[in-house]
Amino acid sequence: MSEKYTISCLVENHFGVLARVSGLISARAFNIDSLTVSTTEDPTISHMTIVVDADPVKLEQVKAQLGRLIDVIEVQELKEGQYLDRELLLARVNANGSARAALEQIAQRFGAKIADANDYSMVIEAAGDTKALDRLVEQLRAHQITKLVRTGRIALEK
Amino acid sequence: MKGAKILVECLRREGVQVAFGIPGGANLPTFDALYQEPSIKVVLTVHEQGAAHMADGYARATGKVGVCLATSGPGATNLVTGLATAFMDSIPIVALTGQVRTSVIGNDAFQEADTIGITRPVTKHSYLVKDPRDMARVVREAFYIASTGRPGPVLIDLPVDATVNEAEFAYPESVDIRGYRIQGAPAIQMQQIERVAKAIAGSKRPILYAGAGVIHAGAAAELAQLAHTARIPVTTSLLGLGGFPETDPLSLGMLGMHGFEYTNYAVAQCDLLIGVGARFDDRVTGKPDEFARHAKKVHIDVDPSSVNKTVLIDYPVIGDVKQVLRELNTRVGPVDSAAWLATIEEMRKKYPLTYREKKKLLPQYVIQQISEATRGDAVIATGVGQHQMWAAQYYQFNRPRSLVTSGGLGTMGFGLPAAIGAQFGRPDAIVWDIDGDGSFQMTSQELATAAQHKLPVKVAIMNNQHHGMVRQWQDQFYEGRHAQSRLNAVDFVKLAEANGCLGLRVEQKDGVRPAIDRAMKTTDRPTVIEFVVEEAENCWPMIAPGKPHDQMLGTFEMLSKEGGVPQRRRAEADEESKLSLG
Repeated sequence: MSEKYTISCLVENHFGVLARVSGLISARAFNIDSLTVSTTEDPTISHMTIVVDADPVKLEQVKAQLGRLIDVIEVQELKEGQYLDRELLLARVNANGSARAALEQIAQRFGAKIADANDYSMVIEAAGDTKALDRLVEQLRAHQITKLVRTGRIALEK
Repeated sequence: MKGAKILVECLRREGVQVAFGIPGGANLPTFDALYQEPSIKVVLTVHEQGAAHMADGYARATGKVGVCLATSGPGATNLVTGLATAFMDSIPIVALTGQVRTSVIGNDAFQEADTIGITRPVTKHSYLVKDPRDMARVVREAFYIASTGRPGPVLIDLPVDATVNEAEFAYPESVDIRGYRIQGAPAIQMQQIERVAKAIAGSKRPILYAGAGVIHAGAAAELAQLAHTARIPVTTSLLGLGGFPETDPLSLGMLGMHGFEYTNYAVAQCDLLIGVGARFDDRVTGKPDEFARHAKKVHIDVDPSSVNKTVLIDYPVIGDVKQVLRELNTRVGPVDSAAWLATIEEMRKKYPLTYREKKKLLPQYVIQQISEATRGDAVIATGVGQHQMWAAQYYQFNRPRSLVTSGGLGTMGFGLPAAIGAQFGRPDAIVWDIDGDGSFQMTSQELATAAQHKLPVKVAIMNNQHHGMVRQWQDQFYEGRHAQSRLNAVDFVKLAEANGCLGLRVEQKDGVRPAIDRAMKTTDRPTVIEFVVEEAENCWPMIAPGKPHDQMLGTFEMLSKEGGVPQRRRAEADEESKLSLG
């Protein structure tokens, strides 16, 4: 059974580390759902949040393999309910006439903002956990999304 | 001090005595600095692949870190097979590659290749040194990483400017790598060891399954103590051969695809399988979920990612194999294994290793003769294929670091350069390369390297004019269609002579021993013996891929019906080899 797992890694902040991590995961034929890299409070350390599609046995393998990388300082699996996660979404949707009001309502319900708008379209900006954003996208689909970008998940243990 | 000089000074402090490689545009400063360092011998090889395998053979035979050098671009790409070979078998190598100047990296400069990128999946770690101020730290870390934990190859990519620019030399006294788990490793879990001791005490049919980790950790004596105290028989993987003397009555020899018949039966029947420094490779397990299916499984290994990778383990113990075995030895007493040992003895007699005599010379006989002539005391390098499996079956390995073979990657062409590296590391040892004609030809140009240094390396080519293992599989699984498995005829005697080696050809049984003896007496140059052997001989027994251990092909029963002759192995314990275990 394949499921989505969130792995949080602390890594050295120098060139080539991202290639090592992504290369390792792809060499073992895992699909990366999302991967974010960012700086931390320590400028020599970066933080990676990796969401992978795997079965539990393979997940243990990937964690152990990540642990073997010299540039990976810490590997942690974030378990459901034990972490906060957020991502940022930008979606351009068609918005003429009657659609505008409906879109504004959706945005309000999800705590999203209208980041940009013209006569034909609107850009919705939303931040939230993955599931909430998934629901938002479902609602927006009715209004024809012409472009959608998401940052991928960042996560912090509780 | 120039970067290259710092590099060489660090190599000297790491105790490097020999390095293998080829100079070129981007690594001239390094070679120039090495040229001026009298304590390090630099061996020019014919091809960079040879340099990597020599460093590998040196490391396997001595336990020290092997060093190889290549220039940028094609020099570095030629190392890749050697690095992958060392990576799969956890062999400590430091590879030093030249690189174009940092200012033109990424510009498709002459002889530029993304060496770090190309070698990333086949190295334990790699470094690009952009600034000579980092040189000393990087070299120190590279040797540390290569040789500790689960060992492996480390590559240092050296742009020209990092080797010619000046920096102050300060040797780091200690190594501190925060992401390297060996440093912050948790203490060995004593509770787990207690559980293993209990499982051993409660078992009726235990088997120890030892891998190369026993040899890497220098734990052969601890393994022998455990086996003898608890009276547990020991089987080894291919790379574990030598980790437990095969003359010991408790030795079961090799298991797996071409392992002994009785050994595989024993594994199929055991109730406790204790894996020590072995990784449950598919050539060992066959069908993973049927592997030792009646047994609880223990796995002692330094690498957490090896545990539960192919076979689910009941008692994992992560830690240095030597330390874990020491702890275990204080907690284990004799096991009630008398009935089990008797069963195994019966199977050993009933299902011996067998081959049918043929008109033409047989490679098994040749290898038996080499084993007798050297009393299992030589360093044996091999290529990959039938001859490799026959060497594992018919040579009796009694000491750690006596087999130098490419197990995981199965690299044909490994034998000769690896034998050369082993001979450089152990000048007083008798070193044989048992090779096949297919494997040998992939790197035979290195005969020139061996002759140049007057190395007494001995090469025994089992010439069957085929890629023999491919031909065997084609006969077995592809209805005998020999697609490109027949090799071109080569006069190996002339090839040997052209390279400055002694060349001999043997076609009859009575010529085997005299040729071996002549090679043993020839100490001023390499000897190449071409044994013209039976082309159609197959390597038995064999577990077909994906089949369980008790369904073997080429069993004693099958072969003996058609005139197979059982081969008894030398059984007396070798006092000398016992002593050398420590």
